[in-house]
Amino acid sequence: MTARPLPQLSGLAKEFYGFCKARELRFQRCSACSAWRHVPRERCGECGSADFRWERSSGRGHVFTWVVATRSMHPAFPSSPPVAPVVVEMDEGVRLVTEIVDCLPQELVIGMPVEVVYDDVTEDVTLPRFRRQA
Amino acid sequence: MTGRACIVGIGETRYARDKTWSPTTLALNLDAAARAIEDAGLHARDIDGLMPFPGLSNAEEIAANLGLEEVAFASTVHMGGASPVASLLHASLAVTSGAAKHVLLPAGWAGYSGARARQTVSTEAASMPGGGIARDYYIPYGLTAPPQWYALLARRHMAEFGTRAEQLGAIALAMRKHAQANPNAVMRGRPMTLEDYLASPMIADPYRLLDCCLETDGGAAVIVTSHERARDLARRPVHILGVAAGQPYPADEIVSRKDLFRIGLTSAAPRAFAAAGVRPSDADFAQIYDCFTFEVVQQLEEAGFCKRGEGGAFVENGRIELGGELPVNTHGGLLSEAHVVGMSHLVEAVKQLRGEAGERQVAGAELGVVTGFGDFGDGSIAILGSSS
Repeated sequence: MTARPLPQLSGLAKEFYGFCKARELRFQRCSACSAWRHVPRERCGECGSADFRWERSSGRGHVFTWVVATRSMHPAFPSSPPVAPVVVEMDEGVRLVTEIVDCLPQELVIGMPVEVVYDDVTEDVTLPRFRRQA
Repeated sequence: MTGRACIVGIGETRYARDKTWSPTTLALNLDAAARAIEDAGLHARDIDGLMPFPGLSNAEEIAANLGLEEVAFASTVHMGGASPVASLLHASLAVTSGAAKHVLLPAGWAGYSGARARQTVSTEAASMPGGGIARDYYIPYGLTAPPQWYALLARRHMAEFGTRAEQLGAIALAMRKHAQANPNAVMRGRPMTLEDYLASPMIADPYRLLDCCLETDGGAAVIVTSHERARDLARRPVHILGVAAGQPYPADEIVSRKDLFRIGLTSAAPRAFAAAGVRPSDADFAQIYDCFTFEVVQQLEEAGFCKRGEGGAFVENGRIELGGELPVNTHGGLLSEAHVVGMSHLVEAVKQLRGEAGERQVAGAELGVVTGFGDFGDGSIAILGSSS
């Protein structure tokens, strides 16, 4: 089977995933208007400022929506067992695409509280995934 | 620009899923173009504007094959399935400003016999909306293909508004029913029941197989010119009364929008209806870009045919079928006619307004709406009329 594709570690993605490797989930936060944002961007869409900090997230959020990819549409993701990309809305308000590691697709519920875990998928890349909150 | 540009020619190839037929994508574009030129009563050399569909053909090869030595206006709109209707906006501006006289919009692809959509779109990040964003934040988690992106929205709509699978099924059934009255529809002769729909396998849950558009071979094209020039041509012109395009925000990322259901059409539709001076309820039919069933619900809501959250109920009880209040995709659409990247929706609207839709003709059709939908929710809409 084809290996799962990895993010390209360059630019802002390198910074985001670099924090994950260090066991920190950090999102950009505008230095001017304090708006959180994800995916990483050069400038704040709210106020236009180019100044930002990588601020530590609580790591907590809830399941916002998901899809169960029961028909493979990519050679690295087989139909069985199907991958279930989940959108998590963080307590800070930003949303990200991820997976829930301790939950079958049929157990997913909108609003389910989840927390980040770090998955070292290669020596260089650590992906943030989530599990049910204890 | 009310009433100042017209569609004066339409062309379509055969639409098929046929293992003995393997046309090239370029040949399909050229065949459709040649038919549109003939339909308009023009000569190929009268075409001085080209707006090919992004990634399927380009102005240079179209011009070389049609013998177009003087192309004054060549451009491509990069809005995926919203491109053909958005191109109508650009073409209208070109012919009304004098930048071009006759603009050809060719489209089509060998989506069945060539590289299948599911293969190319899902494995090449550069071909995806969002590009690097998809590569770095979606694809590593297995979110790789259009039915998966839009299924995220469909599930949320179902949770927030109670939209049901049977309502999505009503859309698939209406398109299939209409295909039975279309000799060029791939699914003619293959009727569908709600039981068939519900029993079809899950593809990208909550999407079943029969929520998804077809993969087919086929090409379609239209020709746009000014109202003044249209009067001298062979066919009764169809008038572009209003046309607009728009993008969601952000357009390169689909999960982080404050308003998850706001799409390009949300802002484009009011502009197009205002330009035309009509309301959604005035339309005799609507050809809605139906890549997947839920996107029909979403576009009906965001274009203003019903309120947000009411799209599921709107499509029930035959309202969107021929004979209903608002026949939708009278040709069978991407779901049951063929996937011609949105251009066949324009062609069908012109046929209806010319009164040339045969057994699927909407009686007395004078005003029609056509939408396009592409990428992460780019939108376009045209209000077309049989008179200016």
